[in-house]
Amino acid sequence: MSAGVGGSRAGASGLAIETSGLTKHFGRQAAVDGVDLAVPAGTVFGFLGPNGSGKTTTIRMLLGLAAASAGTVKLLGASMPGELHKVLPRVGALVEGPGFYPFLSGAANLHRMDAAGPHTVPATRKLRVGQALERVGLAHSAGKKVHAYSLGMKQRLGIAGALLSARDLLVLDEPTNGLDPQGTREVRNLIRALSHDGTTVFVSSHLLAEVEQMCTHAAVMSSGRLVAQGPLADLRREGTVRIRLETPDAALGRQELVRLGLVPAADTLEPGGDGVQVLAALPASAGPAVPALLPEDIVAHLVAAGVRVRGFGVERESLEDRFVALTGEGFDVAG
Amino acid sequence: MLPVDATAKPPRGSAWSLLGSELKVLFGRRRTWALLLALAAIPVLIAVAVRLSSTVPAGRGPAFLDRISQNGLFVAFTAMLVSVPLFLPLTVGVVAGDTIAGEASHGTLRYLLVAPAGRIRLLLVKYAGALAFCVVAPLAVALAGGAIGAALFPVGPVTLLSGDVIQPPEAALRILLIAAYLAVSLAGLSAIGLFLSTLTVVPVGAMAATVVVSVVSQILGQLPQLEWLHPWLFSHYWLGFGDILRQPVLWDSFASNAVLQAGYVAVFGALAYGRFATKDILS
Ligand SMILES: Nc1ncnc2c1ncn2[C@@H]1O[C@H](COP(=O)(O)OP(=O)(O)OP(=O)(O)O)[C@@H](O)[C@H]1O
Ligand SMILES: [Mg+2]
Repeated sequence: MSAGVGGSRAGASGLAIETSGLTKHFGRQAAVDGVDLAVPAGTVFGFLGPNGSGKTTTIRMLLGLAAASAGTVKLLGASMPGELHKVLPRVGALVEGPGFYPFLSGAANLHRMDAAGPHTVPATRKLRVGQALERVGLAHSAGKKVHAYSLGMKQRLGIAGALLSARDLLVLDEPTNGLDPQGTREVRNLIRALSHDGTTVFVSSHLLAEVEQMCTHAAVMSSGRLVAQGPLADLRREGTVRIRLETPDAALGRQELVRLGLVPAADTLEPGGDGVQVLAALPASAGPAVPALLPEDIVAHLVAAGVRVRGFGVERESLEDRFVALTGEGFDVAG
Repeated sequence: MLPVDATAKPPRGSAWSLLGSELKVLFGRRRTWALLLALAAIPVLIAVAVRLSSTVPAGRGPAFLDRISQNGLFVAFTAMLVSVPLFLPLTVGVVAGDTIAGEASHGTLRYLLVAPAGRIRLLLVKYAGALAFCVVAPLAVALAGGAIGAALFPVGPVTLLSGDVIQPPEAALRILLIAAYLAVSLAGLSAIGLFLSTLTVVPVGAMAATVVVSVVSQILGQLPQLEWLHPWLFSHYWLGFGDILRQPVLWDSFASNAVLQAGYVAVFGALAYGRFATKDILS
């Protein structure tokens, strides 16, 4: 199989996953509400959202485990759940944590998982199970009963289950849940390597740092709705840029910033110093005719006005800020 | 990744892999062995009790009990008779009730379906596994009974209900026939268990419900007011294997039982399919 976008790996649209108006009701609650996902083939796609926002429910519908109340799903160009038997052998999945028989060994569990597929080749099963265990670093615990596995070991075994055959698409629901830092890094590397081989990886998470490090694209869910999706760079760019000024002359600094047309936020204490930190959003250029306010001009202006500048920086809003802006500040789970 | 040649034949599928895996998991797990050992303990207990007590008054206790001390083969007959009302349905209830609900509670159901095992295929394999247990469970009673009987008592010709006398090898064959009769008898209950198992993610609930259903069916079978209902109860022929102990063997109850059980399998198989084919797997 050659790596690449399109071809047999995706629909004519070049999308590995495509949903339209995907909706799931649990009683009166809409757990997933009119979601139009578009996951380009070949990407590592982060599926973000706070607890209870509908990520796992969406994944269940993608894989044909739950029926959609409304809307359609296309996986690798085939419609689900109608063409499930055609598509799912090419899809590896981890859904809401691993699931194993505690009384079987790790390897025996993978053997069983593999035997469940209708087209898997028994002759190569042992080899493939061994390779999958090797890839997640469980080769030494293969013979241990799963009830004696730690949380992270089970999680690794779950990932191994998704890697039993060569896959065109991996759907991983919170793959690094419970993993130690080495495990997390290994999973990141694994996902990068798989993506390099041409596998599309759809990975749900609420760990933003993780998504920032490994994803090329992302989508954000909030209360069952898709509130943003696209290349990661675009998602970040939609956020605002701000300047950070560190100075002992906070009042004067704020006054000068206002004069320049900036809107400073409330002061914060400079970490580890006696000065004060002033943050202000940097307005985007109002149009081609109006030159944008350059950071260096701001510094020159401040210094000319007698503000003692100790530190100055330009910060792009982090993905976390963007995430909170999209999904709300509240800690309570919606719905 | 392996290169795929578009003109090459697709790799040989392994439709039977899942059945093999199911049997391996079922008969490889300790719980199944505990159930079978418990069943095998029934004839052992009976034989030891008879051995330790000097005489059994004729006509007291389960049928055949008084004949054990003269002929060890009667241990197997007695044990099978004793295990029909509760012990066999209990063990079958555990296995059949666990089929789908057990997978759901382990979280393995979603991975089997994503493999994709196929919902119909999975249901058939699960039922086949339960049936295999229905075959093995009465066999465990029969074989343990024959073995302990032969070990503790003399073995000789058996006088049948029809008054004819058969030699021990022929009697052993009759014991196996009764085990087969019981396996068929439990097929309907297994289908009920399979259906109940698709309704819940709590295996103990499905197991208990299956056992309760078997007890209720037998109680209804005892009520003379419900005479009209009796031929429709899946437990109706459960104790009808006396016909196998005649010369020649009367196959009527075997055949009626098989037809009745097939009816239950068809009805509850269809119900299980109807429930499971469209069920949202949220466990
Ligand atoms: N079986 C169910 N019955 C009823 N409601 C459910 C069920 N499963 C999920 N929900 C509801 O659907 C909504 C979305 O749940 P879902 O599991 O998809 O969230 P999630 O985004 O995966 O959250 P998390 O990050 O915690 O895994 C929640 O409000 C939840 O209460
Ligand atoms: Mg989830």
